[in-house]
Amino acid sequence: MKTLLKGGRVVDPANGRDGDFDILVEDGSIQRIGKGLPIDGAEVFELRRGWIVAPGLIDIHVHLREPGQEHKETIATGTASAVAGGFTAVACMPNTEPVNDHAGITQFILKKAAEAGRARVYPIGAVSIGSRGDQLAELGEQKNAGCVAFTDDGRPVATALLMRRALEYARMLGVPIVNHCEDPSLKGDGVAHEGYVAARLGLRGIPGEAESVMVERDISLAELAGAHVHIAHMSARQSLRAVRAGKERGVHVTCEVAPHHFTLTDESLDGPTKYDTNFKMNPPLRETADRDAMLQGIADGSVDVIATDHAPHHIDEKMVEFDHAPFGIVGLETAVPIVFDRLVHAGRITVKRMIELLSANPSRVLNLPGGRLDEGAPADITILAPDLPTTVDAAKLVSKSRNTPFDRWPLRGGIAATMVGGKVVYRNANAD
Amino acid sequence: MTTSAETPTAAVALKSRHLLGIAGLDADEITLILDTAEAMKEIGGRAIKKVPTLRGRTVVNLFFEPSTRTRTSFEIAEKRLSADTLSIATATSSVTKGESLLDTVRNIEAMSPDMIVMRHASSGAPHLLARLCRSTIINAGDGMHEHPTQALLDAFTIREHKRRLAGLKVAIVGDLLHSRVLRSNVELLNTMGAHVWACAPSTLMPSHIRDFGVTATTSVDEAVDGADVVMMLRIQHERMHGHFIPSVREYFAMFGLTPERLRRAAGDAIVMHPGPMNRGVEIDSAVADGPYSVILEQVSNGVAVRMAVLYLLSGRDSMDPLDVH
Repeated sequence: MKTLLKGGRVVDPANGRDGDFDILVEDGSIQRIGKGLPIDGAEVFELRRGWIVAPGLIDIHVHLREPGQEHKETIATGTASAVAGGFTAVACMPNTEPVNDHAGITQFILKKAAEAGRARVYPIGAVSIGSRGDQLAELGEQKNAGCVAFTDDGRPVATALLMRRALEYARMLGVPIVNHCEDPSLKGDGVAHEGYVAARLGLRGIPGEAESVMVERDISLAELAGAHVHIAHMSARQSLRAVRAGKERGVHVTCEVAPHHFTLTDESLDGPTKYDTNFKMNPPLRETADRDAMLQGIADGSVDVIATDHAPHHIDEKMVEFDHAPFGIVGLETAVPIVFDRLVHAGRITVKRMIELLSANPSRVLNLPGGRLDEGAPADITILAPDLPTTVDAAKLVSKSRNTPFDRWPLRGGIAATMVGGKVVYRNANAD
Repeated sequence: MTTSAETPTAAVALKSRHLLGIAGLDADEITLILDTAEAMKEIGGRAIKKVPTLRGRTVVNLFFEPSTRTRTSFEIAEKRLSADTLSIATATSSVTKGESLLDTVRNIEAMSPDMIVMRHASSGAPHLLARLCRSTIINAGDGMHEHPTQALLDAFTIREHKRRLAGLKVAIVGDLLHSRVLRSNVELLNTMGAHVWACAPSTLMPSHIRDFGVTATTSVDEAVDGADVVMMLRIQHERMHGHFIPSVREYFAMFGLTPERLRRAAGDAIVMHPGPMNRGVEIDSAVADGPYSVILEQVSNGVAVRMAVLYLLSGRDSMDPLDVH
């Protein structure tokens, strides 16, 4: 079977390509990229004016919740949500029940993902058994089973010694350690960013330094181990400063920022709906100076990746006292509209930079296939509609959960279609 | 309280149907509550301390956190207004069986109460109910956020002694970080034009305290100097575990209100404490029981202020229900 993507602007930063090209897809792979390709019996996918053909977007920070928390999300619903958001691949976090600290669980996740047949899934395994921080998990076995990186996400890698050993071991395996940087004693039982808003609302605070002291630690340890550390969901300006300094002196450190951290601030907690638990996430929404620092880091290249930290929770879990609600929001289906609206159309970044942040760099950071459009490679392609008016509707999310802070937000930009392995797995009816 | 002529006339009514905090009340509304409380206080001085104002109304006191003073005060206020009232404390509720706050309250609502008075350990819990339930919600203290009726009774007590709030120097000393009493008092006193001095060890001072519109200091002497009102807040013994203070002994030595320290205050200063009080920790007994102390008056006034709040939120346009229909 042949499909010809005809008439779009192809933006493929990893290959330095930006222009009007046709793409011929055959048997799941990209056959040819060129100008004015002949139809030659192919089914034509006619692209609208202004649409952009990009290498498939990759979200390297997603909680698929299966096994164990299927009331929040399953691998099937999570990957359906991913492709609806334009992501052809996701990396899933190991804080399931049980924790993905074993090759058997990794295999289970991959089997479920194959059955679902939506986005590609790359499991990230646990650094320590049960993510408890006291014994290194079998990283080698997990890698052989398909893990692409290791993290105790949800929790930080507990001690400096464990982090050092994990980094050294991961260097041998050629994979990064991804860390959820947060000093547990500084976080305490905090539920919101430590600042004026939390002080006024009487919410226990988590200072930006709870994150940055561990970012500093991990950069030092990555330097010691000669290994690659990736800082997950960075939120504090102090952390960004540490990452910049680390990169400057040649440490292999990369970082990601989530859309909510470059869009929202803690002021949302004191908005029209006070104490709305859809604004409770970890790390918390920080103050304006932090949000602006994240925007700056994205624009100047200090930030490598935009990742959603898609964290679905059931409505019953969220409709409780702010202190008792779990941290986290869904993000897969709102990321692209927010990036277009707040970054591209706001003049902060170019479309090329957008695709680096959402495709080329995620692929590079976790050594994943894709992130570029190569002849002969699997046809994982995202077709973007930069000017598509999109209104977020929590009730209509493909994800199993509804916990988004962006409900009713009018945004400019969205997804036209998502193709995985040559198959159109999502087509946005509103775009046509 | 038999004619509508006795009802206060300064401001018309409260804008919100809930009392979730002092934040959101303007000076006219605060004055309305305080003026109404004056009329209510008169009822407490009568031989028969009861008016029919809330006859037929049901008020549920829902206390998810231990409280003796506030709960008793609300109960007495409700009974003096002839409301049907019942109190639920966590130990006897279904919360211990794993029921959510929302389900607990919706079950109570199914029995058609008019008002729910709630104390809860989590900041914002009353806001959740106000958003999702039908009843009028009165916040009787939520986490570290607000305790509006405490601030109102404090203001009432200050006004009785000083005849005004504007221009007064009010020193608030103690564990400010964890205090809902601080937050409500700052909101109220700022709205009414008083000058608040906030004093605590640096570890128990909220971050961004200056954005609260107060003068912050770690020196008790500075805070008390020339103060018209000195309000002491409780130090919880468990604060030593979070490394906030090294010992209660050192706390008393550095921050405790002693007769010597109080000498710096204005000659007619009053000393307040929302209770429960730790004698010898934040306050010397000689001060707590001394001539400047109005601590027990605060408790008496609490009933009158809560009667005023219940009345104003009940939607009655007169204290006499016979005037309504």
